[in-house]
Amino acid sequence: MAYIAMATGFLLILIGFYGALTNRNLLRMIVAFTIADSGINIVIIAIGYMHGRTAPILDAVVPAAEALNRIIDPVPQALVLTAIVIGVGVTALMLAFAYKLYERKGTLDIAKFTELKW
Amino acid sequence: MSVLMLAMAVVLCIAILVAAIVSIQVKGDKSMPIAILAAGLVSLLASVLFLILASPDVAMTEAAIGGGLSTFLFFFVLARMRSGEQTEREHSGVNHD
Amino acid sequence: MIKRIIALALLIGVGLIFTTLMVTYEPDANLNLTARYYAEHTASDVGSANIVTAIVVTYRGLDTLGEVTVLFLASSIIGLVLSLGKKQNKTLRNLVPVGELLTTGNLYLAPIIMLLGVYVFVNGHLTPGGGFQGGAIIASSMLLLLLADPLKQFSHTLISLVESLSGFVYVALGVLGIVLAGSFLDNRILPLGHFGDLISAGAIPLIYSLIGLKVGAEFSSMLANLSEMEDL
Repeated sequence: MAYIAMATGFLLILIGFYGALTNRNLLRMIVAFTIADSGINIVIIAIGYMHGRTAPILDAVVPAAEALNRIIDPVPQALVLTAIVIGVGVTALMLAFAYKLYERKGTLDIAKFTELKW
Repeated sequence: MSVLMLAMAVVLCIAILVAAIVSIQVKGDKSMPIAILAAGLVSLLASVLFLILASPDVAMTEAAIGGGLSTFLFFFVLARMRSGEQTEREHSGVNHD
Repeated sequence: MIKRIIALALLIGVGLIFTTLMVTYEPDANLNLTARYYAEHTASDVGSANIVTAIVVTYRGLDTLGEVTVLFLASSIIGLVLSLGKKQNKTLRNLVPVGELLTTGNLYLAPIIMLLGVYVFVNGHLTPGGGFQGGAIIASSMLLLLLADPLKQFSHTLISLVESLSGFVYVALGVLGIVLAGSFLDNRILPLGHFGDLISAGAIPLIYSLIGLKVGAEFSSMLANLSEMEDL
């Protein structure tokens, strides 16, 4: 099962990058980056999964004494928690800048922003 | 029991890939809301996939933040720019690449 | 056309790298050393039942402080960027009147959603959940209030007061950890208590409540700034 999820994550990253490279509308590029973000998170969680084990929470089903043999790796989950929150912060920032660019230029087509070209 | 989980995981993964392809490739009028909603669908299905991969914390976070707040942010900004979409299409003609 | 071919070639190259990574990957049979340490020592050292919470708040608490800083930066920059060049006299937008279902349902639902958010971050050390999830749920209830009444103005001073105060008390608790217990953001400044109770695991409920309030206030201020933008 880890292989299936990992393959899905890698394919999502590729689809997201393809969308960011070939779309001309700024908002569609931001949507493509969001999809690539979800793909990266799926890959990291798929690495931590182990067959036959359960979530890293100690309760009546998994008492503290036998936690060593029954839980999966908790470290990738802590990393992905941070990554999701920062991803949505970056998306909000990109949207604010897209709004300001639209206000300045009147268009969302990326080929029309030529001030930084040589 | 494990065969059921495997089947669910395969169905979810296929649905995620179809939704992502729809979000990138949809063209035409009224295509922006469809693209944003398809990206929200990818987040929602990914959160169910996280639950199958035994991570309830991450599933809750992705559902609340990735699915809910991100889609709302997109729609807020899109509503402010609505009048611009028609102007851009009139001026740029059929110059698709 | 040539740009599309170059993009496809680049993606095929990256896809080959991914395929190599996937083929040579072998899932472990047992936990690696770091995860083994966390699994064995969480119940006795930290006292929390949710191991991911113990990692995020105490073992790797400095990363959480960095993440909270990044969110603070993002919300401040959005507030700054969207207020530059704002015209002084806002033209009144002609709005579609909001339906009856939303205005009445909003009165019943918004307090319940806020209560759910508070429940999620207070119980972060016992069940799946925690500060970030609870903060996002509180921001969703603010969004419901905004949708039901589009002309509503949130008091920006109250939101920034909650956010700054939570951040300041969070760092102060960390420094208190150095003074009283031996390391930054140590949770043993309060007694560990009985494993599985609501008031247990030292300072973790307190720290996660502060993080939940701060994250909720930040997302709410982002939404309030975005909803006060003008139509273009």
